[in-house]
Amino acid sequence: MSTERTQRRIASHPVLACPEPEYVRFGFDGEELMGRRGEMVSSALFANGIRVFGHHRADGGAQGIFCANGQCSQCNLLIDGVLQKGCVTALAEGMDVRSVEGLTALAEKPGPDVPAPSTVETDVLVIGAGPAGLAAALELGRAGARTILVDDKERPGGKLVLQTHKFFGSEEDCYAGTRGIEIASILAGQLASQPSVEVWTSSTVLAVFSDGLVGVRRPGGYVLVRPRHLLTASGAREKSLVFPGNTLPGVYGAGAFQTLVNRDLIRSSDRIFIVGGGNVGLIAAYHALQAGMKVAGLVEAMPSCGGYKVHADKIRRLGVPIHTGHTILAAHGTEALEAVTIAGVDGSFRPVPGTERTFRADTLLVAVGLDPVNEFHRKAVEFGIPASMAGDAEEIAEASAAMFSGRIRGMEIACSLGLCLEEPPADWIEKGAVLKSPGGAVHPYSVPAGREGVFPVLHCMQEIPCNPCMTSCPKNLIGTSGHPILGIPEYSEGCIGCEKCVSVCPGLAITLVDFRKDPARPTVSIPFELDSTGLKAGMGLELTDREGGSLGKGVLLATREVPGGRRTVLLRIAVAAEIASRVAGVRVQTDADTAPEPEAWEAPLADDAIVCRCERVTAGEIRSHLRGGVRDLNELKALTRAGFGACGGKTCRMLLARIAREEGIPPSEIELLTERPLFAETPLGFFSGRCPE
Amino acid sequence: MSNTYDVVVIGAGSAGTPAAMYLASAGLRVLCLDRNASAGQGSNKCAIGGIRATHSEPSKVRLCLDSISTFSRWREEEGDDIGWLRGGYTYVAYEQKTADLLKRMLPVQRAAGLDIDWAGPETIAAIVPGIAREGLLGGTWSPGDGSASPMESVYAFCRKARRAGAEFRFGEAVTGMEVSGGRVEAVVTGSGRYPCGWVVNCSGSQAREVAGMAGAEVRVDPDCHEAGVTEAVERFFTPMVVDIRRIPGSANYYFYQHTTGQVVFCITPDPPITGICTRETSEFLPLVAPRMVGLLPRLANLKVRRTWRGTYPQTPDGSPLIGRVGPGNHVAALGMCGQGFMLGPGTGALVSRLITGALRPGDSEVLTALDPARRFGGEEALK
Repeated sequence: MSTERTQRRIASHPVLACPEPEYVRFGFDGEELMGRRGEMVSSALFANGIRVFGHHRADGGAQGIFCANGQCSQCNLLIDGVLQKGCVTALAEGMDVRSVEGLTALAEKPGPDVPAPSTVETDVLVIGAGPAGLAAALELGRAGARTILVDDKERPGGKLVLQTHKFFGSEEDCYAGTRGIEIASILAGQLASQPSVEVWTSSTVLAVFSDGLVGVRRPGGYVLVRPRHLLTASGAREKSLVFPGNTLPGVYGAGAFQTLVNRDLIRSSDRIFIVGGGNVGLIAAYHALQAGMKVAGLVEAMPSCGGYKVHADKIRRLGVPIHTGHTILAAHGTEALEAVTIAGVDGSFRPVPGTERTFRADTLLVAVGLDPVNEFHRKAVEFGIPASMAGDAEEIAEASAAMFSGRIRGMEIACSLGLCLEEPPADWIEKGAVLKSPGGAVHPYSVPAGREGVFPVLHCMQEIPCNPCMTSCPKNLIGTSGHPILGIPEYSEGCIGCEKCVSVCPGLAITLVDFRKDPARPTVSIPFELDSTGLKAGMGLELTDREGGSLGKGVLLATREVPGGRRTVLLRIAVAAEIASRVAGVRVQTDADTAPEPEAWEAPLADDAIVCRCERVTAGEIRSHLRGGVRDLNELKALTRAGFGACGGKTCRMLLARIAREEGIPPSEIELLTERPLFAETPLGFFSGRCPE
Repeated sequence: MSNTYDVVVIGAGSAGTPAAMYLASAGLRVLCLDRNASAGQGSNKCAIGGIRATHSEPSKVRLCLDSISTFSRWREEEGDDIGWLRGGYTYVAYEQKTADLLKRMLPVQRAAGLDIDWAGPETIAAIVPGIAREGLLGGTWSPGDGSASPMESVYAFCRKARRAGAEFRFGEAVTGMEVSGGRVEAVVTGSGRYPCGWVVNCSGSQAREVAGMAGAEVRVDPDCHEAGVTEAVERFFTPMVVDIRRIPGSANYYFYQHTTGQVVFCITPDPPITGICTRETSEFLPLVAPRMVGLLPRLANLKVRRTWRGTYPQTPDGSPLIGRVGPGNHVAALGMCGQGFMLGPGTGALVSRLITGALRPGDSEVLTALDPARRFGGEEALK
């Protein structure tokens, strides 16, 4: 028994601090391993290169992490003899961790020692301490409303704590230009000075009940909260996709990936592939590159990415191929992911035979959109409990918009409780809508022709809710003739070359071109957020234009960390005069990193794809029942067990409806699944308040 | 061909689907109507799946023995896996009065054909490993009882009924019955009018309302019960365990481990919560968990997966209403008191025999005991 496995951890990161882990010993299936004290057991296993956590009782399929968020139970492990989710169980010295092979025996030792269930009353219960919940709780605190803010994680912030990139939006409204991880700390810090707000971390809402109480599982026991108002700010969950191999360990959501990499600093992958060109997928590609991983490619079924163009361009420049008009055909592997096969799609999004290509990858991120987590709100409405929603639970949008909607909801709720300090300003509603805007029109792109002086080049041509460049320029030289937040930025003469706009732009879409020293070999300043430790003056760097097209080489003159630039490094590169204004980035990936296999691998049958992960129900079974006339998803559930599992249909609920649509069944004919508590499986001992001897 | 059905069955649930199956199998033209989108979506899906012939009323014992013979042979004879498990039932006693009550019923139960005996604490502890021993006086043990999946069973009955020619129409709530000359001429829904020779009323918790459409009064008043299901684990006990001690807040509660490895459980609130309400309450888990964990401490570790609330269509004496009521061709299979699943096949077969005029020896006694118009004197001791 050895502890010689190499630790797959991120030792240095351009944005995140990487402290030396404090190691403890633990056992996995009898092998002694090392892990970081207090990290999640699933992360400790990943750090040891272990990503198969067991095999499913139904078909022996390999199991591993999927949501990494405490929701799905796919990462169940036997931890000290008790079946627990690896992704929400903190590692302790000497833990005995075992893989789950089929059904496990129920532990005989005494259950958790908890006090009897108790009941508390409060003005407002806010579910979710992400950007929306934190912002709402701050407003409620300012108004003096007794508020309980509940979150199932160890620290507040929600998905903000995974966001290493700088935020869009506007600086005055939502911390644009600041990284998500920093915003989480800022908001949590502000909340600490609100005496009427209690923050319950590591606490999971289990159900909203018809008698007006909300069941919360806390480390100290089961608490029933009776709120005068329920605010659901529980964010979103990732949509899934049905394709063969979709449950192989190594196939998971972008959120899980960011949790492993950005929160837990695990080098979870060597080479990833991504499905989905929305902001989530594009940003995940960027996070992978920041963590030193290769990104073999990204597929997007639509003709262009749905995410912001600046995000797509940013990863294209770094050398990530974006295959638009393509879909995922299959994930290959026996025990874990080995490769993915993609194909071009026709006008009806059907794969085109002969266009298949296979790429080696150990990780496939499924980032095909988000669904609101709004079941608590719907229950509250059904039961007549005053309730509202904020953030992604209400409408999927950027975190900047979530913060803003949280503030508005917080004020509104305070007013409804008679604790009104102020009504939300009238223009906030409109501003909130602006911050929620998806990417808008893409304007024609032209680069400045000038070859003298110093000036910024704004490679930002899409209307998106973002304006830090305008507010950061000390000379007020960047403005817009369009909407103050959405409008395309325009530069007017007078640049002093301070590089502020370059370092602040969340899209990394501004360069500074300086002809003043050497008009023949001008200097271009490029923002860079990857590991820059290996970059030395005099090195040749591969230059790209805005969309990643090659522009030959330039010579690195210097790297500069901008004071207050929030860990963005500026690369000053000497380039040929004729391309200076077109240079927008440097490529870091090589062609070999993204090359397909010489021949495409044969994809398994589409009917083998798993729809219900918990019960291993295939698409073929679902389709056969739908074709046999089943229209009530409750009947489909009972016939196939799809939705009977531990997660409560969180993933397959949407997939069932989607397959029905694909089968040409009108939604009006479909009877949806009945929703029932609990939101997360919880030991009976928690409700007993009476422990076995 | 006449557009008249021999029988219209109202309700495709625990009672209605087996009734439709037996009637169609007897060669009758059967239509089964249900207001929900598919079979078993009323109270059937809320049943936890226990099947026992352990009752105090002999007619119920007989009906359920008949049901058990259907459930237990189903896989062998029909091929569908309905999750049948002959795990037995044990009513455990920690108080002398419970033990006395249970023992008093044994002769009646045995006379009705039930295989049941009294077991001492050692035997009970062997049947339910880990059960709390302090104060355990023993319990009844009826090894022939068991459990199955309510929904898989209903689907299996439905499939067989269809094979035998029965029609099912879903999403059709009965809105009226045309009665003339002491007979129901037709059953009416929002979508159609269905002339019929007989009506079998299996409307569950809607019994009063639907029977009222035929001009019949049935004494069925639903109350609400919550139930839950856990994660799946390796088998650690086999029987349904029933504890009938009444404590503040609750009367009996019971649980068993299904063939999937999941434990399914239910409790009877005391006083009862009358009415029809299927909304989940915060009271259920804190009410049931201490009792279950107190009885079988190991359950503290078992994770609750889902809870739900259903209704028990109760009658004054805890026994169902089976037989003609109101118009001469209106047959009730109502008031199952939360035991519709276990009573269903036996009841369906009996109703079919009643309608086809093929009553067997002993059927008349059962029909007399369960006559919807009977005087409600006693009370089923094992409700």
